[in-house]
Parts: sequence; structure tokens; C-alpha cells
Amino acid sequence: MLKTLMAEIKEYKKPSLLAPLFVSIEVFMEILIPFLMSKIVDMGISEGNLKRVVIIGLLMIAAACISLMGGVLAGSFAAEASMGFAKNLRETMFRNIQRFSFSNLDKYSTSGLVTRLTTDVTNLQNAYQMIIRMCIRSPLMLISAFVMTCIIRPSLALVYVGAIIFLGVALYFIMTRAHSIFTQVFKKYDDLNAGVQENISGIRTVKAFVREDYEIKKFKIAAGNVYEMFMKAETILVSNMPVMQFTVYSCILLISYIGARMIVGGTLTTGQLMSLFTYTMNILMSLMIISMAFVMISMSRASGERIAEVINETTDLAAPTDSIKEVKDGSIEFRNVSFAYKKGRNNCLTNINLNIKSGETIGIIGGTGSSKSTLVQLIPRLYDPVEGEVFVGGLNVKSYDLDALRGSVAMVLQKNVLFSGTVKENLKWGDPNATDEEIVKACEYAQAHEFISAMPNGYDTRIEQGGTNVSGGQRQRICIARALLMKPRILILDDSTSAVDTKTDAMIRKAFREEIPDTTKLIIAQRITSVQDADRIIVMDGGEINGFGTHEELLAANDIYREVYESQMKGDEE
Amino acid sequence: MAERRKTARAKAPAKTFARVVKYVLKYYKFRYIFVVLFIILSALANVRGTMFMRSLIDDYIVPLVKAGGGDFGPLLRAMAVMAGIYAVGVFSTWAYNRILVGITQGTLRNLREEMFRHMESLPIKYFDTHSHGEIMSLYTNDTDTLRQLISQSIPQTINGMMMLISTIFCMIRLNIPLTVMTLAMGAVMILATRKIGGLSGKYFVMQQKRLGEVNGYIEELIEGQKVVKVFCHEDESIEDFVKINDELFDAAKNANKYGNILMPIMGNLGHISYVFTSILGAVLAINGIGGFTVGSLASFLQLNRSFNMPVSNMSQQVNFIVMALAGAERIFELLDEKKETDEGDVMLVQAKFRPDGSIEESPIRTGVWAWKYMRSDTGEVEYRQLEGDIILDKVDFGYDPDKIVLHDIEVYAKPGQKIAFVGATGAGKTTITNLINRFYDIQDGKIRYDGININKIKKGELRRSLGMVLQETSLFTGTVMENIRYGKPDASDSEVKAAAKLAGADDFIKRLPEGYDTMLTGNGSNLSQGQRQLLSIARAAVANPPALILDEATSSIDTRTEKIVQDGMDSLMKGRTVFVIAHRLSTIKNSDVIMVMDHGRIIERGDHDTLIKQKGVYWQLYTGLLEQS
Repeated sequence: MLKTLMAEIKEYKKPSLLAPLFVSIEVFMEILIPFLMSKIVDMGISEGNLKRVVIIGLLMIAAACISLMGGVLAGSFAAEASMGFAKNLRETMFRNIQRFSFSNLDKYSTSGLVTRLTTDVTNLQNAYQMIIRMCIRSPLMLISAFVMTCIIRPSLALVYVGAIIFLGVALYFIMTRAHSIFTQVFKKYDDLNAGVQENISGIRTVKAFVREDYEIKKFKIAAGNVYEMFMKAETILVSNMPVMQFTVYSCILLISYIGARMIVGGTLTTGQLMSLFTYTMNILMSLMIISMAFVMISMSRASGERIAEVINETTDLAAPTDSIKEVKDGSIEFRNVSFAYKKGRNNCLTNINLNIKSGETIGIIGGTGSSKSTLVQLIPRLYDPVEGEVFVGGLNVKSYDLDALRGSVAMVLQKNVLFSGTVKENLKWGDPNATDEEIVKACEYAQAHEFISAMPNGYDTRIEQGGTNVSGGQRQRICIARALLMKPRILILDDSTSAVDTKTDAMIRKAFREEIPDTTKLIIAQRITSVQDADRIIVMDGGEINGFGTHEELLAANDIYREVYESQMKGDEE
Repeated sequence: MAERRKTARAKAPAKTFARVVKYVLKYYKFRYIFVVLFIILSALANVRGTMFMRSLIDDYIVPLVKAGGGDFGPLLRAMAVMAGIYAVGVFSTWAYNRILVGITQGTLRNLREEMFRHMESLPIKYFDTHSHGEIMSLYTNDTDTLRQLISQSIPQTINGMMMLISTIFCMIRLNIPLTVMTLAMGAVMILATRKIGGLSGKYFVMQQKRLGEVNGYIEELIEGQKVVKVFCHEDESIEDFVKINDELFDAAKNANKYGNILMPIMGNLGHISYVFTSILGAVLAINGIGGFTVGSLASFLQLNRSFNMPVSNMSQQVNFIVMALAGAERIFELLDEKKETDEGDVMLVQAKFRPDGSIEESPIRTGVWAWKYMRSDTGEVEYRQLEGDIILDKVDFGYDPDKIVLHDIEVYAKPGQKIAFVGATGAGKTTITNLINRFYDIQDGKIRYDGININKIKKGELRRSLGMVLQETSLFTGTVMENIRYGKPDASDSEVKAAAKLAGADDFIKRLPEGYDTMLTGNGSNLSQGQRQLLSIARAAVANPPALILDEATSSIDTRTEKIVQDGMDSLMKGRTVFVIAHRLSTIKNSDVIMVMDHGRIIERGDHDTLIKQKGVYWQLYTGLLEQS
């Protein structure tokens, strides 16, 4: 995990190294300053020498200026490094997600991916900044301050050794106990938030069933759990400050006494004693910060793991080395194809054999769960079959370059999505170089030109996020036009005209027949009228082909087809 | 949801701050007095410690050095006193932190509960006008910053203030010119913080905005990832992403840079202040002006340091507090939202008939429902049997009162009738059903339920009398059994199963890994849309309400399954007043009345045969000549 994440530092190695470097300069100056302070007292003030006070004072100001510069530069570089790291993490993840296959995508939920790209990245970014600033600063400060005390009086340094061990052990116990509780806290906290989320999106259901009081009671329990857990964790953490203060005060008292004896004995100066007090703070504060940083970093570990998982996910659609860049024609063949979404799970498709000629129009019908969509998704290699082979244009789909294959197989998915942007921008997804005439033509075939022209800004009308400002039927027709612009060899409509009225639906099919006769068309539909004039119709049932033939043949020989036909046609023939 | 925070800074910080304090004190006044007390003790112990340095040098070390050694007894006694003071300090620090934990977590629990309770009482309109992400972030980000405000910023500010006041007091006692000097440098430090804090704030706002953009883009693209793949649009989306990601980097870099450099600048300004003080102090001490001693200077220098620390701490807190108050302001905005009005007092009760035909209330379920109300003239309690006679009389409605979307709606539903609404998306079908259960209140006209104006019926009672199967199925975390039972909390397991069978859901539930005990999470993400709808129907079936509203209840169920469900639906609808909205006209053909809606008006009404004969809009819809959605 660490290696994967480290690799994302990339061009920010320089600031990542410069930040600790300047932090070090800052730390050395900060250590030097108390030393100079003691000199001001010992050599200047105690001896009544104003000149020395001024000289050492100027040195101190110089040290402060260098320290300030170091601090400012370290801060800037740390900001650049950590924000850059976050930027790279987002970019690398995003790039890799774009390479995901459908089955890769199925593994993660949409919200899971979004969390990884947002919250988890923020966690890591903060941890990284902590590492390059604090994790260098604090140990360095601790060591330097300790060295300085050794220089002043090695025997007094022993007091600090004792203090460090005491505080270290105490903090270790506090932090480890708090940490284990905190991981539980976050789980309870997630539960609480999940409850709120459900209530916001399901508010109509809550109100319709008058369950507000019940939901409030449920929430109270969840909020109570969060309260209990937080209380537990924070009560432990509360000991941090007093333990710290106890150690500091003990040090001060011990050093005061021993120091007093030494000063009287002439082996220590007043100024040195004062600087020892400063180093006490430096040493113990550093230890405190180290322990806190340790907890924070270990908390961001889970985020790191989740991110590394996405970065390391390799697409399971291996591309051949000498891939074929062109799809010859629109013929399709399935040879003994079986498929399951997860290995070992029940097959969604079992032993499918199909032969479709280029230019044919094929209708596909079947109930929910009959795997109609799964069948067609194998054609542009959105998934690979578990057994058997799929051929397009006479060649196994695995031998094609993926972009070339998908560029020739246009598919309008059941879950149609338009993206925020103008209508034209959305259409250009099909062909970025499409001319205005080509766009209008594709929209005319898809029966979308008329309503698009009637929109306030025509083709330049903005589509809102999620395409909420066009109706379902309009969205479907824009999506069909978008697919047509690809000028595909094979066009697949996965229940893509369900919200379009039958007349328009028929006109779209007429346009297909007349304007793109050479394109193979696969049409999945619920409505019999959408498929009955196809060259041939596939009837799917439970992942198998139940029937394959013309409307008349199926009506005569296929029970399922006849049943569906009759249930839908009964009304019209009254 | 992308966070599109309106402002990063509070509009009225002082007012909001006062309200936060008031909110905390409401439950914890007594405890907070102790917090302040212990903070003062802790701060005093700290300052007293600093002063100890002076007497350590002036009163003990210097005399001892002069005497060339001797009795350490007085020093030891002084140190014992100090140890006592320190012990009080350590204890006070622990005590105020410990009490604060309780106050903070308790306040948050109260606040969360109050927010949630209030949210549940808000009208649907609130949820229409606020994005889910926006509401959610009140519970997460805003509550979190508020926690920091209560548990850290406020006590640290109090602590800092105490330290400052007592330090200044001690400084004045030691030397006035040096105090002035130290205060002047303190002013410089505060100015520097404001300047840098302002810049940091500016970029921080920009960072939040860009972060919103990036998060929004991520959400949209990941949601439509499969479409991206089908169109081989990966490279273009990467290109766009890189662009906005780089912009975010720029803003975030600057925001953090100014945040990061604040500490070193403050710390080193403190050092410079120290130098100035030593030089001036040395001049004073060497010349013995005002009886200023070396020991006094040494301890003044310590005071100078303890003065600088809270100044830099507090100036940072101030920036944070202003930001946190923006969150608090949003939370209070939610709490100030007006609740759903409910002035009705007519109740829904189970009833039974007396031998003489009159109605009396029944403590057990009888299947007979009655409205219970008080006669305004005599003050007597009366009962009226619930029959399901629902009338909309000249109803006008607009989500925005100035923009009427439903015009002059007249609907007469006789008890037991099935009323269907058809028409294009946006024609107002769902809106009408939302008026009957008072998700929204009408602008003009009247809605009567068994002759009672629905405004007079208690909202909960009204909704209890209307079973709803909504277009969007919401499932809650819990088992399948619990989700169906949502319709009737006291339903037995066998009742739930019977309802599931009726809805045609029993089959697929049995095939789930743990049957009825299968846990559903994330709004039932492991179920198909059709299966979710079946559960939703079962939920309404178990509630067994006198009247029903079915809004596209079977839209995601395929035609073959729908045929199976249909029988169950028919028996569910039998004998009840039902309002149906359906896309597939075959499911509403047998309705008593079909209302054809267009742009908020009813343009045709009648039963199937009449409307077909009319050859109007319904006929066009039915024969597929018109687009419905």
C-alpha cells in the first residue's frame, strides 16, 4: 500500500524534500534561540553589559528571521507537496477508473468510488502534510533540545530521560486505548449518518406511513450510541493534558532544585537554567505532538488502503498485443457462450449459440432477469464470457483493439445518462468531429430534431446534471442520436424507447431501416410492437434462448412469445 | 452529494455566537460555571509557576550564591508550596477537560436530536428546496465544526484570556515600560494574523468552491461511468478532470500555504518581541531604573513568552471560530424552519356498530374505521364512519404560490371507486395525490374526506387512512420483514408474510439468502427496482388502509410479473377508494373514472369505453399516438 501511495508523489518530490529541509532549519534556529536567550541573561544582563545584550539580541533577531524564513518556506512547500500529492491521487484514481471494465465497476459501488476520490483523499492529504511537517519537526526538536541539555549539563539531561520515558509510556497507553475505541466510534457515527440519509431520501415514505415518532426514536438510540462511544473515547483522551502538565511541572521543580544547587555550587548559570526550562517545554511538547501524529496517521491508514485498492485494480479485459483496429462488418456470432457476473455464481447465460448477419434487425424480448441486457453487453466486450466465444465481423471480440470495437458497436444503455453541458456537447460524445449537418441528421433519424429545435436555445440548450430538464422520452431520443453519430456497424438499443410513444418509436425504426440499412440493429424491448417487424426475434428466458425466429414463426410455435403478445394486444383489438 | 456551501463565513457571527453559548448553557449552566472556575485555576497555577522563576532566582538563588551556600530549607519549603499549586493546576486542567467532554458530547446529542426531530416535522417543501447533500452536511461537517468550537475554541479562548489578563497583571507589577513594549508587539502580532488570516480565508473560500466543482464532476462521471465506457469517452473525461483538478490544486495550495505560515510568523515575531524586551530591560536593569533587578528581568522575559503564546493561539482560534459559526448558522437555520402546520383535531379510530346502528369506538381492530370529532356547537364527541368519499372541489395549487400548476381540479371519488390519472410527465398527476394526503397545502378550493375538510383532520390520522405506494421506493436499513412491517408496526410475522404473498413478493423474498430476515442496506441496493416495488406494495398491503394511492406502483415490474401481481393488486384495491397513476394504460383500463391531465388541468374524464369512443387525447395515448413521459 505504502509503495503504491508513495509513487503518487511524482513531481512533488522536490517540495516534499524541501519542506523537511526548511523545517530542520527552523528547528535548529528555534533551538539556538533559547541558547542565545540564556547568553543574553548570563553574558549581558547579569554582568550589566548592555553592548553584549545588543549584540546577542541582534544575533537572536537574525536567528528569528532565518527561522521565520525557514518556517514560511517549509509551510509553503508542505502545502504544495501535500496538495499536489492529493491532486495526483485523484488523477491517478480517476484515470484508472476510466480504464475499468464493467465487472471492475460492479465491484465498487458508485458512492464507494466517490468517497475514495473525495473524503479518503482529503484524509491522506492531511496525513501527508502532517508527516512532512510535524513528523520531521517534532523528533528533530526533541533530539536537538535533548542534545542541548546534554551540552549544558549532562547530569540534568537524566531528568529528561526519566520524563520522556514516563510521558512516552503514559501517552502510549492513552493513545492505544483511545484509538481502539475511536475505530468503533466512527462505525457508530456512520450508522447515525446512514440513518439521517435514509430519512432525507425517504421522507415521503416516513410521512405517508406517519412514522416520524418511530424514526425519531430510532435516531435517539443511534445518537445515544454515538454519545456513549464518544464519551468513552474522549474521557480517555482527557488525561493527555494533565499527564503532560504533570510531567512538565515535575521537571520544572526538579530542575529548579538541582539547578539551584548547581548555581550555588558555581557549575550552572542563571541563564542556562532559564534555557533549560524552555527546552523542557520543547522536548515534552514534541513528544505530545508525535503521539498525536501517530494516532492521526494510523487513522488515515484505512483511507490509504481503500485508495491503493482502486489504484492497483487492474482491468480484467486484457487487450491483445497485435490488436485489430477495424471491424469489417456487423455480423455477430455467439458460440457456446456461458456467462456469470461472479465466478462460481449461477450462470446468467447458459450455452448461447447465435448467428446474426450483418445488417439484420434483431428484436429481443423476455421478462426481467432473463439476461437480455447481459447478452448484448458481451458484444462490445463490456464483459467477457466465462465460456465460449463471441465473434463480431467474423473475428473473436478479444482480438480487437477495445476502442475500435466499441467505436463500431454503439450501445444505448437501459440507464441512460446525459451529462451537464449543452445538447450539442452531449451529442458530440458520439463523434467529437461531427459537423452540424451530421448532428441534425442523426437527430432527425432519432426523431429528436423537432423538440431540440423547439428548446429555448436549440442545440445549445444546457442539460442540467442528470438530464432533469428533458422528459424521459426526450432523453432516450437524444441518447439514440448520440449513438447514431458514432456511425456504428452494430447498434444496440437496450430498452431505450420505453418512454417514447409508439408512433415515434415506429418512425425511429423506419429511419433505421431506410437510412442505416447496413448497420446490424439489436433492439431489446418490453413492447411487442417495438420488435414485431424485426427480421428475427430472440425470446430470452432464464438466461437461455427460448425461441429465435420471425414474428409469425414465434407466434405459431413459442408459448412465451404468444403469451406476452396476447397480454399486450388484447386491449387494442377491442 | 457535492457540497455547495453558500458561504464559508458567518453572516451575523456575534448573534450566532451568543446563540451557541445560550444553547450550551441551556442544559449545562451549572457545569459550565465549574469549567470556567477550573480554567481560571489552571491558568493561575500556570502564571504562578512563571512568577516562581523570579523568586527562585531573586529570593533564593541570588542570596544563596551571595552567602556561598548554606541552608536550602527555605527553597525546599517554597518548592513544596509550588508543588501544591502545580497539583491544583494539574487537577484543574483534568477537571475542566473532563467536564467539557460531557458538556460537548451532551450538547451535540441534544442538538442532533433536536435537528432530527425538527427535520421530521418539516413540510415536504423543505426537502424539495434543499439538496440531500446540503441537509446531510448539517449533520456531518457543520456539527463537527461546532464540536470543535464548543470543546476547543471556546475553552481555549477563555483559557487564553485568563492567561493574558493574569500575565499582563503580573507584567504591570514588574515593570510598566516593558509591559507597554510587549503589548505593542502583541498588537503587531494580531495585525499580522488578521492580514494572513484574511488571505488564507479568501483562498479557503475559493478552495471550497473548487472542491465542490471537483466533487460534483466526480459524482456525475462515476454515476455515468458505464455510458462513458460505451462511448469510449474516457480520454475526454480525463482531460476535463485534470483541468478542474489542477484548479483545485492551485486554490488548495494557497489556502494551506497561508494557513501553514501563520504559526512560524507568530512564533518568530514572539522571539523578536523577546529580544526587544531584553534590550530595553537590560538598559533598565543595568541602570537600576525604578529598582528593576536582573531577577525581575529574567522573570519578565518568561512572562513575555507566556504572553506571546496565548496571543498567537487566540488569533488562530478567532479565524476558526468565524468559520465554525457559519456552520452553526446553517444548523440554526434548519431549527428555525417553520414546521408543517397541523391544526386539525379530527381523529381516526377503530369502530364498531352498536345494535342500534350507531357507532362507538373499539379498542381492538375491527376493520371498521371512523372519524372521531367534537361538535363545535354542543362539544359532544361524535363518530362518523369512514367510507372513503373523497372530493376535490375547485382546487388550485402551486408549489410557489405565485405560480399555479394545478387549475380548477374537480375530482369526485365515491367510496370504493378506482380513480385513475393519466397524462404526460409534468401534467400534475402526482401533485394531485400529494394534495390529498397534505404533503402540500392547496392555495384555493376545498378537499373533503367523507364530508370533512381535510384541514380539520389531524395530519397523521389523515395519512394513516391513505395507504401510499410511491414512485420512488424507499427502503430502510433493517430486515425485509421490518421493512414490510413499516406499514403497520404491530403486524405479526404471519400478517407480514400474507401481505408479501398478496403483493407477489413472497417468491423472491424466499429466494433471498436469509429469506425474510435478509438485511437490506443502502436503500435496498441489493434488490432490483421491480423487487423494491413489490416490497413497497406489500408494505401498503400490511397497513390495510381504508383508501389507497398508487403512484406508478408497478412501473418497474415487467409485464409478465405484473400479470402475477395484478391479482394481488385487485384484491388489495377491492372495496377501497383508490387513486392510481400508471404509465401502462392496460393496468388502469378497469378504473371507474379516468382523468386525463394536461398542463395542470383535467381535460377529459370518463371510463375507458367512453373515452375511447370520444377519440380524444386518451384514445391517442391508448393507441400509442402520444408520448406519456
